[in-house]
Amino acid sequence: MLRIAAAFAALALGLMLAPLVFTSGSALTTMSVMGVMIVFALSYNMLLGQTGLLSFGHAVYYGLAGFFAVHAMKFLALNKIGVSLPFIPLVGAAAGLFFGVLFGAVSTRRAGTVFSMISLGLGELVAAFANVLRTFFGGEDGIAANRAKLAPFLGYKFGPQIQVYYVIAFWCFVCVALMYALTRTPFGRMCNAVRDNPERVEFVGYSTQRLRFTAFTLSALFAGVAGALAAINFELMNSQAAGAGMSGQVLLMTFVGGAGHFAGPIIGAALITLLQISLSDVTKAWMLYFGLLFILVVMFSPGGVAGVLALHRPLLRGGRIFRLAPVYAATALPLAALVTGGIVLIELAHHMLVEAQSDGASTSVFHVPMDGASPLPWICTLALFFGGALGLRAIWPKIGDAWASAMMTQTAGKNTK
Amino acid sequence: MTPALSLRDVRKNFGPTEIIRGLNLDIGRGERHAIIGPNGAGKSTMFHLISGRIKVTSGSITLKGEEITRLAPYEINRRGLSRSFQVTNIFPKLSVYENIRCGVLWSLGYRYSFWRFVDRLRDANLRTEEVMELIGLAARRDTPAGILTYAEQRALEIGVTIAGAADVIMLDEPTAGMSNAETELATTLIRKVSEGRTLVMVEHDMSVVFGLADRISVLVYGQIIASGPPEAIRADKAVREAYLGEEAQA
Repeated sequence: MLRIAAAFAALALGLMLAPLVFTSGSALTTMSVMGVMIVFALSYNMLLGQTGLLSFGHAVYYGLAGFFAVHAMKFLALNKIGVSLPFIPLVGAAAGLFFGVLFGAVSTRRAGTVFSMISLGLGELVAAFANVLRTFFGGEDGIAANRAKLAPFLGYKFGPQIQVYYVIAFWCFVCVALMYALTRTPFGRMCNAVRDNPERVEFVGYSTQRLRFTAFTLSALFAGVAGALAAINFELMNSQAAGAGMSGQVLLMTFVGGAGHFAGPIIGAALITLLQISLSDVTKAWMLYFGLLFILVVMFSPGGVAGVLALHRPLLRGGRIFRLAPVYAATALPLAALVTGGIVLIELAHHMLVEAQSDGASTSVFHVPMDGASPLPWICTLALFFGGALGLRAIWPKIGDAWASAMMTQTAGKNTK
Repeated sequence: MTPALSLRDVRKNFGPTEIIRGLNLDIGRGERHAIIGPNGAGKSTMFHLISGRIKVTSGSITLKGEEITRLAPYEINRRGLSRSFQVTNIFPKLSVYENIRCGVLWSLGYRYSFWRFVDRLRDANLRTEEVMELIGLAARRDTPAGILTYAEQRALEIGVTIAGAADVIMLDEPTAGMSNAETELATTLIRKVSEGRTLVMVEHDMSVVFGLADRISVLVYGQIIASGPPEAIRADKAVREAYLGEEAQA
């Protein structure tokens, strides 16, 4: 209990102090989006990680709630109703819950592949509606609202980003705490049981359908809060927010972070948001990097970042983590060669395929000028890439061995005590 | 007093094949009842029909006088019938403790509640501890069920089954695949957990059957050919021919 309280105190403190550490405007924007995505990814993991439901349409609840929030903001400003900005997420929660109940009643009748396919279909249905109902969804441009026109709250008008950040941070903290608490209730534990073995659940008195439905509606509620926070943050919603791309993104964040741990989606949301905002400035092939990241995580670390961290936790506690230092140091060089080689290859190929016709073959990667038409840079980067790959392959089993032997001495030490 | 469990002309077809061909059986309250019979006789199918896992084609099943023929498994469980499975069927990623608690929660009325912390439910946690002691897995409390030994998983399977308030317990081959020593432990456990309850079990091990059961029913080719106390079954000519005889020859 004490450790959990400490973790939440650290989270609250971190959310409060972050703008004092990262003071730049772009950092503030990034952190605001992170807060939104953390809520969204955690709500998704209520389905994927906690209940074992793979949804391909979770953005529906995020997007629809976002539109309701934008319309609510416009309505409140227009009619000068004294409800201020920090309460808008409640509109999102209500909208998320409403659509969660509506669509959940259909999709949670079955689990597994059927559920996934229905979630995909509902996502497409909403996307199709968005093209038709232009008054609500605003077509290509979306719907904009001015958040500063709402009634002030304690004198704040929430025009400046820093004030919005604190609204997001507040709701982020509340939602994280609530979603964590949910995992520790009878309902939360039975969701885990459904994930593990739905058949058996029916023979201890629980209806799996009712559990799935409840999990689904609560998850949609929190996705709705995230959507409303996004509406507040961007002052704009367009139908892409409810689309398949966004649903894919929340899956990516949750999976990369690690669906098996409560903190996984938090890590994933922060990491992917950071990469998304910074990578798109650096390279035009940034989508490809996300695809590669996802494939690599699925192949080499299905537990995500949180899964890898969890493997190290017992060693950290036992004070034996330093035993891994030599093998990790030895990994660094081939890994760096592999990653660098890979990036140069991608950038070079991207340049030759997309930009060379108009801009010519010469470009620069990592500030190194190179000519894509000559074989030399290709040969060098291929050598770097495959050299790194071979080196990594040689050292890969040794990482496992080092980890196992560190664990072994640890448990042996424990037994002799 | 109405019987704990009563089957009237229960039939089950899979397509044109009739697997269960008219079962009639009354199991009294507090009775330990064993179902025996050769492989493929339909013993597990009979369990699935009673517990609602598969739907009956025709006939009726009553539990303590109440019709349960077409109810879902969870509805039957809530009315006081709990079963185990022949192939271990537990929650592999959850700890031993969590597994048992899953069996406890509904019976104590906690249902789908998401407004109270499960660790603070005194009665649920006391009952969980009690069951864990009973099945002898207290030392494995925090171990994920998936990495227990086979015998431990079988014990946990029984633990999850009896954790709730069900007064009719059905065990499907509880000692299958166990060594002699393990079987002996399991028999003691079954005797303990079935005290004050009605027990129905499918079992192949004749020493377990004749050691535990008050009454035995013999199921052959989808029909009950004999039902009675152990001595009567042992002496029954048809049973010897159909079933016990085979055992003796083997």
